[in-house]
Amino acid sequence: MIVKIKREDYDRIVAHAKQVAPEEACGLLGGVEYTEDGLLVREIRDVRILENSEHAEEHFTMTPQEQLKVIKEFRTEGLTLLGSWHSHPVSPSRPSEEDKRLSFDSRLSYLILSLMDEEHPKLRAFHVEDRSKVSVEALEFID
Amino acid sequence: MKITVAGVAKEYEEGITIAKLIELENVETPEYVTVSLNDEFALKDEYAVKELKDGDSVEFLYFMGGGAR
Repeated sequence: MIVKIKREDYDRIVAHAKQVAPEEACGLLGGVEYTEDGLLVREIRDVRILENSEHAEEHFTMTPQEQLKVIKEFRTEGLTLLGSWHSHPVSPSRPSEEDKRLSFDSRLSYLILSLMDEEHPKLRAFHVEDRSKVSVEALEFID
Repeated sequence: MKITVAGVAKEYEEGITIAKLIELENVETPEYVTVSLNDEFALKDEYAVKELKDGDSVEFLYFMGGGAR
């Protein structure tokens, strides 16, 4: 499986995450799934920035109200919810223990943006099974 | 009767409850799911007793959160 994200969307979430740091930033990812050369592709076509209702430096929460609104908007655009993203302002791009424990939907891709190296932010995509087993998903930037 | 689940129209038996729908839809970790019924959030206490009606629209929303540690 490969996750594709537009470079401009990546730039937008980096800019937002830097703006709200040291608080964590978060959002949802809408897009389409298809098969290409026998490989499942998740192409992200709409990256939404949601409010971190905790406004915390080491936690994030998206409200169900805002989630519902965005998911319905995705549907109107012919997209489905493919995953979520959040930032780690001062820690690496990998799911923390809390991230794993709270990854309730194993169908989603979980993207984590690390701002540890401010000049070189790192975005990676993960699959989390049974709220514990983590695997890295291939991530491709598209123009 | 017709129930729309996550935007998809489906046929279900009359009188099923939210709890039954959660079971039939194989919702993963249902204890961490918030249910929206016709854009109103249902109380967890209602799941076992609230019967769905023809034309209802239901969404299952997972808690979305985490932390850096």
